[in-house]
Amino acid sequence: MKREYVYRAFERFWHWMQAMLILFLGITGFEIHGSIRFFGYDQAVRYHNTAAISFLILIVFAIFWHFTTGEWRQYLPTWKNLRAQAEYYVFGIFRNAPHPTKKTVLSKLNPLQKLVYAGLKALVIPVMVVSGLLYMFYRYPHRYEVLGLNVGGLEVIAVVHTIGAFLLVSFFVAHLYLITTGRTVTSNLKAMITGYEELPEESDEKKSSVEANEPVLTK
Amino acid sequence: MKRIFFGLMVFGMVLGMIMLALHGKSTESTPLAKLNEQYAKKTKASVDHSMFQQLKKRFTKPQEVTAACISCHNGRHTEVMQSTHWNWERTEYIAGKGIRAIGKRNVLNNYCIGISGNQQSCNRCHIGYGYSDASFNFSDSLNVDCLACHDNSATYVKAIDGAGMPDKSVDLNFVAQRVGKPDRTNCGTCHFFGGGGNNVKHGDLEQALFDPTRDVDVHMASAGPDMQCVDCHTAQKHQMLGKMYSVSSMNRNRVECEHCHSAMPHADDVLNEHTYKVACQTCHIPIYAKVNPTKLNWDWSTAGKLKNGEPYEEKDSSGTDIYMSIKGSFVWGKQLKPDYIWFNGTASHYLLGDTLDPSKVLEINTLYGSYDDPDSKIYPVKIHRAKQIYDAENKYLIQPKLVEVKAGDGGFWKEFNWERADEEGMKQVHLPYSGQYGFVETEMYWPINHMVSLKEQSVQCAECHTRENGRLARVGGFYMPGRDYSTIVDRLGVGVLILTLIGVILHGTARVVVYRKRKDVK
Repeated sequence: MKREYVYRAFERFWHWMQAMLILFLGITGFEIHGSIRFFGYDQAVRYHNTAAISFLILIVFAIFWHFTTGEWRQYLPTWKNLRAQAEYYVFGIFRNAPHPTKKTVLSKLNPLQKLVYAGLKALVIPVMVVSGLLYMFYRYPHRYEVLGLNVGGLEVIAVVHTIGAFLLVSFFVAHLYLITTGRTVTSNLKAMITGYEELPEESDEKKSSVEANEPVLTK
Repeated sequence: MKRIFFGLMVFGMVLGMIMLALHGKSTESTPLAKLNEQYAKKTKASVDHSMFQQLKKRFTKPQEVTAACISCHNGRHTEVMQSTHWNWERTEYIAGKGIRAIGKRNVLNNYCIGISGNQQSCNRCHIGYGYSDASFNFSDSLNVDCLACHDNSATYVKAIDGAGMPDKSVDLNFVAQRVGKPDRTNCGTCHFFGGGGNNVKHGDLEQALFDPTRDVDVHMASAGPDMQCVDCHTAQKHQMLGKMYSVSSMNRNRVECEHCHSAMPHADDVLNEHTYKVACQTCHIPIYAKVNPTKLNWDWSTAGKLKNGEPYEEKDSSGTDIYMSIKGSFVWGKQLKPDYIWFNGTASHYLLGDTLDPSKVLEINTLYGSYDDPDSKIYPVKIHRAKQIYDAENKYLIQPKLVEVKAGDGGFWKEFNWERADEEGMKQVHLPYSGQYGFVETEMYWPINHMVSLKEQSVQCAECHTRENGRLARVGGFYMPGRDYSTIVDRLGVGVLILTLIGVILHGTARVVVYRKRKDVK
């Protein structure tokens, strides 16, 4: 095993900010939706809008980071070992079997993670951003007499936004749990806090029963 | 570590600056301060009418006062005689019915029904002298009652059942020498007592507005801007701005809050955005009938009961009439939350002779509007419900004769005989009466415009944006956050969330169990 610097400073900052914002947006959002009561409706709206704008800014920085570092390639979905990874969570994990894919600095996501995160980044978050912006500003074009941009009603926007919210909250729950399925129960959490994680070395690889995930990054 | 810290700081600063830029607000809402300043200045009359010789000669008839007024204010009477205050009708377009002359002269309501045959009593509130029946001469300028509106002495009263003539107690010279711009006392004398008593009709116009506190009305508050009716209901050549949808149909001549306050008066964009679809009154008049009750339900079908051959009245514990032999049974309400409707400023009316379906509730006036109509906004209304008399064979509403002018003329309030009252009343409106009558349920819609509350008391977000019993629970045609949701999406969403939780718990438990077993084996 070798101690590696897996998550860089910005990546960790982005991750934790995103986590907090999604949690906060979830609470305030479901208050606006009428499901819960916490801050009071008017405050919930204000907080939700402010958090949403903060999130947008964070997303802009994150997109910039992903492309300048090339880290976006980490999220390219692959079929390879997808089944093996799923089987690991269903069977292997209970038999103390090793992880089917090897986590390395250059390939730190397993195939299931790649698929789910890519789905979030390419589908759920963009849908939430677009529907959220429409939700916030859908009548403002009217104000500036750009009538062609005027939206007739909120229903579709709100329902789409709600679907996304349920998906994100469910993801949040599953994600919190899956943190504990690393090499040890706390290794993933520690890595996302400190940036460092004990990763298997080349020599460890041979012990793995399943073929290692190919690094998609080349330096 | 230093680098991380530095990076975080830069990010935080950028974030902070962007947030500040987005939330930059003007520091003071000066338009409101300007309005307060404007209405704090009270105009002083430019002349003293008590000095005029014309007003010192002894008046024996009110018409002599009018002549004296016209002798200086020449031509003004012609303006008055073109107003609806004088004519009690105006030419309006009614969707589906065309162009019709409608007004108090010929439109029925579900309070005291209508003036025809009852002018001697009802027309106490006409701005003329002697409008005692349909034959009144609307072109006789001497019958214009200048004093009803321009008396500033607060001593001018019209006689009960006097068809608009002043009461005997009135000193015409005293009043004529103290005329000026109309104040709340002038307007309120009639408009606060519509329907036969204080606050009966409107619910938002009542005697508490003679001298209101700020809680009752921020604009008219005596210890506030002390605005008078005519500050909003401004007049050009005696044509007043403002209208009531009990007697008019078109979207014109309306008094709007926006005239003074602009369409987007809030510092908050979210609130300003509401003004596209929500009228100011909806949030800023959270309750009406703030001080005294207003009538909500009037059941004419119980009228006419007598005790020992005499009419009687019943009052509730607060002293409010709940039964009168002459009028029937009432339900009153005080400090009421309005009902809300989509309204685009146009209305339709039940007109004399229109056929009705007695199995349905008849809308005497229908206010049009919907979410999809860009001219519509959500408005607060008072809905007045009644059971009133109709011709069971001809299927139309009856104009009963209520007031007895001459003995034996059929006036219900003396004879308590519906057949006679119907027969005599229908003669007045030139419609046949079959002799068969029944009582039909009717509704009237009265937009609520007065009794604007302090801004601290305005309707709060969650009073409408709520799933349970919100103020707008029955206002349809649109999706409102907090109230509306897709049942399917919510059920599926909660289902997915619960399945995820169950999955996580089961998986976690299984891992713990397996881990313990393995430990035991070791």
